[in-house]
Amino acid sequence: MTDRVPHAEPSAGPTAWERVKLARHGDRPHAFDYLQELTTDWVELHGDRAFGDDRALIGGLATFAGQTIMVLGHQKGNDTKENLARNFGMARPEGYRKAERLMRHAEKFGFPVLTLIDTPGAEPGIGSEERGQANAIAESLLTMADLGVPTVAVVIGEGGSGGALAIGVADRILMLENAIYAVASPEACAAILWKDAGRAAEAAATMRITAADLEQFGIVDEVIAEVVPAHVRPKDTIRATGIAIARHLRALQDVHPRDDLSAIERLRAARYERFRRIGAWRETVPGANGYVADAISPR
Amino acid sequence: MPAMRDFFHRRGKFRPERADDERADPQIPEDLWIKCPRCAELIYSRELERNDQVCPKCTYHFRLRARERIAQLADPGSFSEWDTNVRPEDPLDFVDSAGPYDRKLEQTEAKSGEPEALIVGGATIASAPVVLAVSDFEFLGASMGSVYGEKLMRAIERAGERQVPLVTISSSGGARMHEGLFALMQMAKTVTALARLGRAGVPHISLLADPCYGGVTASYATVADVVLAEPGALIGFAGPRVIEQITRQKLPEGFQTAEFLLEHGMIDAIVPRAELAATLATLLRLYSRPNSAANAAPALDMAVRNTQPAGLGRD
Ligand SMILES: [Zn+2]
Repeated sequence: MTDRVPHAEPSAGPTAWERVKLARHGDRPHAFDYLQELTTDWVELHGDRAFGDDRALIGGLATFAGQTIMVLGHQKGNDTKENLARNFGMARPEGYRKAERLMRHAEKFGFPVLTLIDTPGAEPGIGSEERGQANAIAESLLTMADLGVPTVAVVIGEGGSGGALAIGVADRILMLENAIYAVASPEACAAILWKDAGRAAEAAATMRITAADLEQFGIVDEVIAEVVPAHVRPKDTIRATGIAIARHLRALQDVHPRDDLSAIERLRAARYERFRRIGAWRETVPGANGYVADAISPR
Repeated sequence: MPAMRDFFHRRGKFRPERADDERADPQIPEDLWIKCPRCAELIYSRELERNDQVCPKCTYHFRLRARERIAQLADPGSFSEWDTNVRPEDPLDFVDSAGPYDRKLEQTEAKSGEPEALIVGGATIASAPVVLAVSDFEFLGASMGSVYGEKLMRAIERAGERQVPLVTISSSGGARMHEGLFALMQMAKTVTALARLGRAGVPHISLLADPCYGGVTASYATVADVVLAEPGALIGFAGPRVIEQITRQKLPEGFQTAEFLLEHGMIDAIVPRAELAATLATLLRLYSRPNSAANAAPALDMAVRNTQPAGLGRD
C-alpha cells in the first residue's frame, strides 16, 4: 500500500474550512429569518410538557405555499445576548422532546414537517445528561423515521452531529452550498484523530463535510446554490431555499396525499429504503475471490 | 467557542479513567493474576473467568469481548453468526496523523481478531430463539460505522421477518469519525429499522455495557422496549472529560453510571452479569405469550397461585 496525501481541494470555490467559517458566520440567516421571509401566520408552540422550553430548538405552525406546515429548527442568536439565551443553537433534551411532540402533532393533522438544521451539536452538560440527552435524540430519530407525513430537512448552516440528525431523518434532505454536515466538529475530529485541535482545517477537508461531497455520497438530495454567501445577500438565499422546499414538498404530496392511507404507507416505505441504502461497505462471498458487490450508497 | 463544539465522538482511543491499565504492569503476569481496578484485589485469572469476569470481592464488572458475551448468554452451540462477509470500506480515503483508515482497519483486525465492531446472529437463550447483536469494544472502541449499521439493520429485519425478539448488547464510543457522515447516518438507519420492528410487535431488549456513549446511546440502544444496564457501566451522550472541560463544573458523584441513570429514570433495570441470562429468559417468556383475551381467560384463575418469577424486580 502506498502512502496517500490528504485530499486536494477543488481548485474553484471555498475550501472545506472556509465553508465551515461561512456556515458559522454570525450574520448568516438563521431559522427565524427563513420563517419571516417564507411563511405567514407563524405561531410558535413552546415546551416539552415535561420540563421546560428549549429556546435553541424552536417549533410552530405556519402557512407556507398555501398550506399549513409544522416547522422545527435550531435557532442561533444574532448577537451575544441572544446567543446566550439560545445556547448557541445547542439543544437540550427538552428541545428534542418538544420536536418529537410537535412531529406527532403534525402527523395527527396531516401537516408536512419542515426542519431547518443549524447547530454545533446537542448540548454537552450535566443537566442535559441527567435529563437523558442521548435518549431524547434517539426518540426524536425514531419518531421522525416513522412519521406518516412528508418531511423535508434543510441544512441551512451547521449540521453538527447527532444534535442535527435528531431533526434530519427526512424524506428529502437539502443543503445550502456553504452549509456543512459532519459526524463531529472538525476541531473535535482534529483533537482526537490528529491529537491537535489546531489541525481543524485539515480535518475539515478530510471529513468530506461539504454539500457537494454529501450530494455525491447520495446522502443529500439537492444542493441549494449560494451565488454569493448567504450572509451577503440573505434574502436571495432564503428565496432560493423556499423554492426548493416548495418543489420537494409538492412532489412528495402529489405521490403521497394525506387522505390516502396506502400512499402514506408507501411514503414510510420509501423513507425506509432511503436510509437503508446509506453506507459504504463491501461484501465478500465466502469462498469467492474478491468482492462481488461494492455498495457505496447506490442510488 | 470552538471548544464548545467539541464533544460526542472520541472513538478509538476512548477509555474511561478507570481503564485496566494495571494489567500492563510488568510486575503482574497478566495471564495469572489480574488486579481489580476498583478494589485493587489481585484475582487469579481462572477465578475471574469462572466468575463471568466479575471481581469476587467488589463485584466490579470487567469489560467483555463480544464473543465472551455470546458464550455466556447463548445456549451452547446455538449461535449461528450472520453477515460475516460484510466488511468495511474507506469511502472518504480518510488519512489522519496515524495514517490511512484502511490500514488502521487491517491493523485492528489483526490485533482484535475481528473484522468489524458488531457481531450478529441467531441463537437461543434458555431455549427461546433470539436475534443477537453484540458490539466489541476492542474494535476501534466499537464505533458505529457503515458495517455496524448494515449488519444491525439486517439483523433487525430478520428479527421482524421471523418474529423473533431482538437482543442488543452495546458498548461503544459512538459514531466512527473515519467514515464521516456515513457513520452518523447509521443512527438514522438503525432506528428506522427499529421503527418497523416496533410496528411488527417484535420486542427489542437492549443491554448497555461499559462504556456506552455518543451515537450508539443516542440511537438504537436507548429506544428499546426494555433498556438494561450492567452495574457500574458508564453511559451517556457526551463523555465526562468533555463535559468537565466545557462546563468547568465538577461532575457529581457517580455521574453517568448505570446507577445514576436508573435514579434519573433513563433505564429500566440494572442487571448483574450473573443474573443476565436468567433475566433475559424471563423477559423472553413474558413476551412470548399469545396476546389475546381469549388465550388469557382460561389462565386467569391460575393467577392467584402465581409464584414469584426470577429476574427483574430488584435494584
Ligand atoms: Zn474488585
